[in-house]
Amino acid sequence: MEYFLQQLINGLALGSIYGLVAIGYTMVYGIIGMINFAHGDIFMVGAFIALLAFLILVAIGVTAIPLALFLVLLIAMVLTSLYGWAVERIAYRPLRGSFRLAPLISAIGMSIVLQNYVQLAQGARVKTLPPLVTGVHTILDLGNRLVVQISNIQILIIATTFALMTGFSWLVASTSLGRDMRACEQDLKMAALLGVDTNKTISLTFLIGAALASVAGIMYLLYYGVIDFHIGFVAGVKAFTAAVLGGIGSLPGAMLGGLLIGLIETYWSAYFSVQYKDVAAFSILIVVLIFMPTGILGRPEVEKV
Amino acid sequence: MSASSAGKSSVVMHALKDALIAGIVAFGLFVLLLGFLADDTLGKLRPLPRPVLLAAAVGIVFVGRFLISLIYYNAAALRVLLGELFVAAFALAKRFRFVLLALMIVLAFVWIYRVPDDWPLVATIIITILFAVWLGLTPALLALAVLFPVAFYSNPYYLGIAIIILTYVMLGWGLNIVVGLAGLLDLGYVAFYAVGAYSYAIIAQAYGWSFWVCLPLAGLFAAFFGVLLGFPVLRLRGDYLAIVTLAFGEIVRIVLLNWISLTNGPNGIGSIPRASFFGIPFTADDDGFAARFGFEFDPTHRTVFLFYLILALALITNWVTIRLRKLPVGRAWEALREDEIAVRSLGINPTNTKLTAFAIGAMFGGFAGAFFATRQGFISPDSFTFPESALILAIVVLGGMGSQIGVAIAAIVMTASFELFREFEQFRLVIFGFAMVGIMIWRPRGLISSREPSVYLKERKTISAEHVAEGHG
Amino acid sequence: MARDAILALNGLTMQFGGLLAVDDLSFEAKRGDITALIGPNGAGKTTVFNCITGFYEPTSGAIRVNHADGKTFALEKLPDFKIAKRVHVARTFQNIRLFPGMTALENLMVAQHNVLMRASGFTVFGLFGLPGYRRAEREAVELARYWLEKTALTDRADDPAGSLPYGAQRRLEIARAMCTKPVLLCLDEPAAGLNPRESDELNVLLRAIQKESDASILLIEHDMNVVMEISNHIVVLDHGKKISEGAPEFIRNDPKVIAAYLGVEEDAVDAAEAEVGA
Repeated sequence: MEYFLQQLINGLALGSIYGLVAIGYTMVYGIIGMINFAHGDIFMVGAFIALLAFLILVAIGVTAIPLALFLVLLIAMVLTSLYGWAVERIAYRPLRGSFRLAPLISAIGMSIVLQNYVQLAQGARVKTLPPLVTGVHTILDLGNRLVVQISNIQILIIATTFALMTGFSWLVASTSLGRDMRACEQDLKMAALLGVDTNKTISLTFLIGAALASVAGIMYLLYYGVIDFHIGFVAGVKAFTAAVLGGIGSLPGAMLGGLLIGLIETYWSAYFSVQYKDVAAFSILIVVLIFMPTGILGRPEVEKV
Repeated sequence: MSASSAGKSSVVMHALKDALIAGIVAFGLFVLLLGFLADDTLGKLRPLPRPVLLAAAVGIVFVGRFLISLIYYNAAALRVLLGELFVAAFALAKRFRFVLLALMIVLAFVWIYRVPDDWPLVATIIITILFAVWLGLTPALLALAVLFPVAFYSNPYYLGIAIIILTYVMLGWGLNIVVGLAGLLDLGYVAFYAVGAYSYAIIAQAYGWSFWVCLPLAGLFAAFFGVLLGFPVLRLRGDYLAIVTLAFGEIVRIVLLNWISLTNGPNGIGSIPRASFFGIPFTADDDGFAARFGFEFDPTHRTVFLFYLILALALITNWVTIRLRKLPVGRAWEALREDEIAVRSLGINPTNTKLTAFAIGAMFGGFAGAFFATRQGFISPDSFTFPESALILAIVVLGGMGSQIGVAIAAIVMTASFELFREFEQFRLVIFGFAMVGIMIWRPRGLISSREPSVYLKERKTISAEHVAEGHG
Repeated sequence: MARDAILALNGLTMQFGGLLAVDDLSFEAKRGDITALIGPNGAGKTTVFNCITGFYEPTSGAIRVNHADGKTFALEKLPDFKIAKRVHVARTFQNIRLFPGMTALENLMVAQHNVLMRASGFTVFGLFGLPGYRRAEREAVELARYWLEKTALTDRADDPAGSLPYGAQRRLEIARAMCTKPVLLCLDEPAAGLNPRESDELNVLLRAIQKESDASILLIEHDMNVVMEISNHIVVLDHGKKISEGAPEFIRNDPKVIAAYLGVEEDAVDAAEAEVGA
């Protein structure tokens, strides 16, 4: 029982990270109908930028953890969103109107570029950061050393994700940018005819997606303390799975899917086998796409004949 | 006069402005990742500033963007000039193509004779091959392939590269059935390569059967996996299918890593039986190949044999694909790529049709895997990662989806340049990634984008790329 | 159901979410006839076609096809490709769906897939070029040649379908459907986008199909010249419901049809007719 509850908390924390990455997939898919294969690597770039920013801040004497973390968050969001923008500008925008698989192939190319660029720039070995946010709270004590604990970092992850999700939902629902985004999602051509600057809207979508992914990258760095150039690939596929599971194109769906994938992965590791936890996530992707291609919260698509 | 100089200066100003923006963006992109190294040589991470590297990277972007902008704003004039030069050169080359080709081949062989260890040689050979194909002389390419081991007998390194290239040619042709003809984007092709390699290794070790028995079995196993995967997922639309095949490829790799009792996990399988000359091993013993045929023993015999083996396998793949294209199943594949709904309205079972493409593509992947296993003598899951799938896909895409000769050229160019720039490990992969993006932008239909009809009434006309679709979904 | 009905719809209903696209539709098409399905835009005609050809699974109702040899097929549960393969119902599309990168001849060869597939021993014999397959392929080319001639496309046989002019693409799509040897040919607006001369030629072609082949024709059409001239029987749809049915002469004068097309109330038409003394 206490083991089950403990895994629930662990799963929610992990799922929050996936959810933040999944939003990037789902937004881009919603607007231009492509799988931004490089998004997982943007997440990885975000983690690296955060790591470097933190190291530099410490080196110049900013040692108060809360302040440093806040600054890291800002720097990473800005610089990573620049990557999101650049990827769209270089690899996707020239392909608008090309055949449908072209952006996907281009995205695979971009993913290879980002991975190897980071490996070139920062080396292939893992980077280990000692835990910065420490401390745990016992929320349930059954005696006999059976306890359910939540750590400060888990609280931080879940709270930040929740705050970002709220802010982001507000942005989509109530700002003019959000309205443009929703218009582009419905019909890109029509939105352009009605005076929406579609290029700008799409760029901003990539920017926001990358910023959220960078937050996920920071969380990942703080939670696990270990990153390398390769973390983007698997995390990316899992986040994409989350987006599909929740219903691609749907923002609450992405978050829900992220949490579910996090939970499934955690419980799978806890009760079955750690080695095959990725197999579990990948299998879910296959099963969901086959039996429930519209996901939990997605809209059904009617085939046009 | 003044107007044109004013125009010129405004062009320069424009280009400068573009370059400045690009430089600022580049600074933002590179300031942390290139500007600092998270160095852990002292046991604890610390930032190591690299200002020179940062400045160089930003400078390259700035200058590059400046030049590109300059060219871009003067594009019209430049293009006309280049275009006329190109057309004239092409016409000349075409008129004297046989002379040129003969010259190139003679040159190549002279070079081989004079400086056998010089890598520009390889470049020359590649250019010769390109010429041959460019001028429509496929047979020349084949002749070159057959003569290759004769020319390079004394240089096993080049033979080794040629074998790798041919393996990729075969993989490209195999995947071409799935991606190029049937229009199904398969990102997990390497899984079938892996299944072929592992089933060959395991069967050959466990039962000691010869290569010629295990090879078809490996192909069958891979085809079986193709059907197993294909059956549930082939109803999916284009990009979903791509992601699912990617997931499948990863699942296969993870299983290979963790099913220790069967695959020996990350340590891989070693001492896989080597290919024999139809039962006669390539050893120095009395019943070895050399002794039996009265040669002096030379390990290169095996390499030459492997070369002809993979050449034969690749040619079989090519022959089967060319035949299949002219059969109803091949036409159904291409029709499926063009319009799946129309295909269904004509009474063709789309799932079965896709499944055959998947299974046949997988089978050739399996054959290539078996060859890989017997050539290496050792396999591990590290050889079957996603970038491998991406490379094979890039070969098909660059070559021109559906074009056999295009795929062959792309495989030669890509694999050879990969081998030549081996010292620049990651750097070549960055270039490779950008190349994939570039192909999609400038030549989304690949090098050879036209299509030969499979049947004709009066005359065979090549179909230009503009009409050909590249996959539904 | 009468034996001479090639197609019979009984209570066909198709619902998309809250939208009732086809509402309890019943009609029959006689063997050898040209039956037209007409109605204003959005009346549900194409949806009926998609139900008949299996691209949609109807919410309820029955669709029967009777072959001349007495076999009856229930179409409502069959998937699209099986309807084309077993029941021999062929169709064309409102927005032409050819294989644009394949030649006209290749398009017609794809249509003969199932015959050729059997002849090629499901690819195995064909791979080694056995004579049985080569004969079958020659026959297939002959059938294609026959329909290319009928549709005046022989000269363009080796050109990619995507390069043909619009009218020729429409004809090629009909030729392709005919190469499946259908018993029922469903044409979705075959005259759309054709000029008057081309639509006259279409009339000739459809009459020839009616006379010289075993196919009965069901067509959706807006061009009343085509509809009135060639159809034997007309079914009128509005808002998913059948509002009238009969011979062209009858339909031409049916006030309900006029009302549906002109968008006025029925009694207004009655009043107008009374006024002009019709």
